[in-house]
Amino acid sequence: MADIAAPRSRMLPRVNGSAVVMVIYLAFLLLPIYWLLNMSLKTNTEILGTFSLWPQNPTLANYATILTDASWYVGYVNSLTYVVMNTAISLTVALPAAYAFSRYSFMGDKHLFFWLLTNRMAPPAVFALPFFQLYSSVGLFDTHIAVALAHCLFNVPLAVWILEGFMRGVPKEIDETAYIDGYSFPRFFIKIFMPLIASGIGVAAFFCFMFSWVELLLSRTLTSVEAKPIAATMTRTVGASGVDWGVLAAAGMLTIIPGALVIYFVRNYIAKGFALGRV
Amino acid sequence: MEKTVNQKAWFLVLPVLVLVAFSAVIPLMTVVNYSVQDSFGQNNFFWAGLIWFEELLHSERMWNALGNQLAFSAIILAIEVPLGIFVALCMPKKGFWASVCLVLMSLPLLIPWNVVGTIWQVFARVDIGLLGYTLDKMGIDYNYTQDFFAAWATIIVMDVWHWTSLVALLAYAGLQSIPNAYYQAAKIDQASRWAVFRFIEFPKMLGVLMIAILLRFMDSFMIYTEPFVVTGGGPGNATTLLSIDLVKMALGQFDLGNAAAFSIMYFLVILAISWVFYTVMTNLDKRDAQ
Repeated sequence: MADIAAPRSRMLPRVNGSAVVMVIYLAFLLLPIYWLLNMSLKTNTEILGTFSLWPQNPTLANYATILTDASWYVGYVNSLTYVVMNTAISLTVALPAAYAFSRYSFMGDKHLFFWLLTNRMAPPAVFALPFFQLYSSVGLFDTHIAVALAHCLFNVPLAVWILEGFMRGVPKEIDETAYIDGYSFPRFFIKIFMPLIASGIGVAAFFCFMFSWVELLLSRTLTSVEAKPIAATMTRTVGASGVDWGVLAAAGMLTIIPGALVIYFVRNYIAKGFALGRV
Repeated sequence: MEKTVNQKAWFLVLPVLVLVAFSAVIPLMTVVNYSVQDSFGQNNFFWAGLIWFEELLHSERMWNALGNQLAFSAIILAIEVPLGIFVALCMPKKGFWASVCLVLMSLPLLIPWNVVGTIWQVFARVDIGLLGYTLDKMGIDYNYTQDFFAAWATIIVMDVWHWTSLVALLAYAGLQSIPNAYYQAAKIDQASRWAVFRFIEFPKMLGVLMIAILLRFMDSFMIYTEPFVVTGGGPGNATTLLSIDLVKMALGQFDLGNAAAFSIMYFLVILAISWVFYTVMTNLDKRDAQ
């Protein structure tokens, strides 16, 4: 029993060992990001001229360039537009479908569920060319909705799987009681069921947002000018006079912000989301 | 949970079906269409049978890309899985520091993929990047645009940086589900640290670990943006992975027949792996339900 009652003194060295590992690992993760931040606060002369671990004369000029130049910040607006559209579409269609998968068995349900998964696993490179031709032929090329629809390829399955994972945790008796109380399906779904899985909806929305935000191949292929995403705009920094490193770094830092802002709220569900609701 | 049989549930699934059919089935049929036809330009197609597939099987370029791809996936799995488990075991179990670790570790997962590429492209440059500069000053000849080994090392370290946290987070979620009583029992039995890992932690982690491995395998199998930004597939074709080669073929050279046959092969491989994934997951769900 003494082992259990007084483990403190003996535990201490091991805890420290873990802490050292974590510090090293986190340093490894943060160092490249820090380097980007460091560069974004320097002028190009300083970046290329002197090698320093932190900016000697910190400047926000690079950020100012991006936030005042329309050709730059429109990229962010474009990205946000199609990402929000995609999230809205994905959740709207995924909610009823996830409910159906979690509550009922019907003809072909397992095959359908598997088929949805294959779309999450489909390499975007395979779809790049056919998407380009499909959206060109229906006149949607270079519009936000084209990118939003294309990203549904992997975000709808993702949303269905995550939501289904959360919905399974809600006892079925709640549905049955509501029906006995005379609720119609739409009313029950919106008034009672959706509040119950609110955290699931939030997590699914976060992951749809994220995967649409980080994807570049499809969004770059489907746009040229009007709906050009920020990720593609970044290649602009390569000009005649070489690469504008400072602005490139600042643009990169700004793309990290949306994820960094909300990450705290979903920290306990990150694993579940990446594993399609299966953890 | 017992599910009621209800064919009307199809109506709830219908929107998803229509949407995904539009964004998956139609494009996929286009690809199938191209893979069996040839063209002399201007929408003038004729039946070509399986020549594209035959050509593909004899194409050195495809085998090179496939070889690179398999090597890449194998190497990153061999590094990321043990490292991820190790990090998960070292993470604080609860409290403020657990949250800090979770948030900071998730950060690389949420960075746009081309920015990940940009970060490493800059970080590894000999003139302005911390890593490249340090290696250079240490007297190591390091140039990822010229040297085969340096290019591979860069994209592998980049992927480890980008995705190890995913394995760690999943393994951590598995660890969290182990009741404290197990550890107490192990302590009474005076089990060694290794025995605790081998007989308590590892079996409990196995489920999520399978998911982590399959996710990592699949996502690494279709990786495009990050290595493309860093090395562009070079030097030569040293780091040309399947997706990079396919995009070059389809959008760069507009080589429709070849690209389509390539896509179908690619997709079939993915489909086979997805099936494994699905089987493993449904079996695990069943096991958990018991």
